[in-house]
Amino acid sequence: MSIARILIVDPLSSLGRYGQLLYQAFLTLGDVRSYWKNFVQQMVSIGLESIPIIALAAAFSGMVTTVQTAYQLVSPIIPRNIIGAIVVPSMILELAAVVTGFILAGRVGARIAAELGTMRVTEQIDALEAMGLNSTGYLIVPRILAGVVMFPCLYLIAAFVGIAGGAGVGHLMGLIPITEFMEGARMFFKPFDPVFGIIKAVVFGFIITSLSCYVGYNTSGGAEGVGKATTQAAVSSCIFLLVADLLLAITFL
Amino acid sequence: MIEIRNLHKQFDGRDVLMDVSLDVHDGETLAIIGRSGSGKSVLLKHIVGLLNPDSGRVLVDGVDINAISYDELRMVRRNFGVLFQGGALFDSMSSFDNVAFPLRLFTQMTEEEISEEVQICLSMVELPDVGSVFPADLSGGMQKRVALARAVALRPRYILYDEPTSGLDPETSNTIDVLIKGLADQLNVTSIVVTHDMHSVLSIADRAAFIHQGRMHWTGTIQELHESDDQTLRAFVKANEYFIGDPAERGQTAS
Ligand SMILES: Nc1ncnc2c1ncn2[C@@H]1O[C@H](COP(=O)(O)OP(=O)(O)OP(=O)(O)O)[C@@H](O)[C@H]1O
Ligand SMILES: [Mg+2]
Repeated sequence: MSIARILIVDPLSSLGRYGQLLYQAFLTLGDVRSYWKNFVQQMVSIGLESIPIIALAAAFSGMVTTVQTAYQLVSPIIPRNIIGAIVVPSMILELAAVVTGFILAGRVGARIAAELGTMRVTEQIDALEAMGLNSTGYLIVPRILAGVVMFPCLYLIAAFVGIAGGAGVGHLMGLIPITEFMEGARMFFKPFDPVFGIIKAVVFGFIITSLSCYVGYNTSGGAEGVGKATTQAAVSSCIFLLVADLLLAITFL
Repeated sequence: MIEIRNLHKQFDGRDVLMDVSLDVHDGETLAIIGRSGSGKSVLLKHIVGLLNPDSGRVLVDGVDINAISYDELRMVRRNFGVLFQGGALFDSMSSFDNVAFPLRLFTQMTEEEISEEVQICLSMVELPDVGSVFPADLSGGMQKRVALARAVALRPRYILYDEPTSGLDPETSNTIDVLIKGLADQLNVTSIVVTHDMHSVLSIADRAAFIHQGRMHWTGTIQELHESDDQTLRAFVKANEYFIGDPAERGQTAS
């Protein structure tokens, strides 16, 4: 087992199979009837059901950022509205998307891999195929579409709740009144920032759902295989999310 | 008509099917018998293109299913109903929705018509009341029967059964045998039944094919099965504790 094989050949062939799977899946994009019901179901399970945990995590990260910024930066020579000027762009540019991404990598990624992995090892995917259905279109397309649609929505919720949490805790702790917080926020606000955040959310949504679909769809080895696939989906989603985060920042900022 | 020609299949360097050839004629019921692990399920999956042979061909109505596009293959597959060994019911759906699934997907039937049809199919497998039950809450044998109902829902021309009666009590097995025979006779279905159960073979099949260690060891009619002096085949049949002899005597040993 040479190093070249581990570092180059295997990843490339995985990438090839990943691309092929997505290609095959999206050939059926026009056949809305076959996946519409699944799409709606996935919007609920990926999107709606994730709102509470996303809101909770975003609120806390907003609050922590406020407290930390106050601790690190505010001094007699730096005005306290710096808190708003830092917390709001951090939330919009990075934190809201990354918090959403990490939570959903665990929650949605693992779930997708477990579902599809179980269907694979119990021959349910074979059963779909044997009926003459394109199983990739039926199973994968609705999950990826739901991810790409719901992630930006969850991102917006996370950004909003995070900012509110940051402003709220600053106000309650007497660090900075809400009016001054928002004043600081306006100082450095760029309209492109939320656009960038939404782009990020779309990319993250695609990465997590498509990667988990790939891992789940190719599961083998019974219940143990499903367990492995589940972990692998969550872990690799997180890693690729970080890589994409950096690449997007380099490209757009 | 299904023609299997010189099929070879390896898994991880291990030969599972070697030079397997087999013809299945329209309207007949063919039983595939053989010991556990001999490659019966693998062969069945090749017939609907779920596995691709390393070499050899599978022809369905004269069409080589490994030489056509995926979309064309899907059209060929719509002529098939497949009962998988483990049932392969969709566990996110109720039994009703499982049986209704192919109807909703491939027919223009209204929900009402579908509901009626599903009821008919579930009654055929003697489970008229399980519509609302999810697969996880059914016994293994019941899952198998719901899966059978799903496989026949579209009244396909070809039905592949992978051990339809394994894990069922003798009485239910009989019902399933009668059902399989009924479908074959009334709807002129071409059936391939993988089974360990010699009683099933004798009561439903026109011909049998015996796979031994990945090779097609023997094929012939049921009559020829009785008369065969092939040692391996006889050993297999004997192990099933069935008396090979005059069909009239079989009834006594079966009870
Ligand atoms: N996807 C696969 N990967 C690797 N090996 C496989 C795969 N599918 C089947 N095999 C191997 O092929 C051989 C034949 O398997 P198959 O399932 O066809 O047996 P079978 O005749 O159906 O047995 P049984 O009566 O127990 O169901 C077995 O040794 C099995 O381990
Ligand atoms: Mg088998």
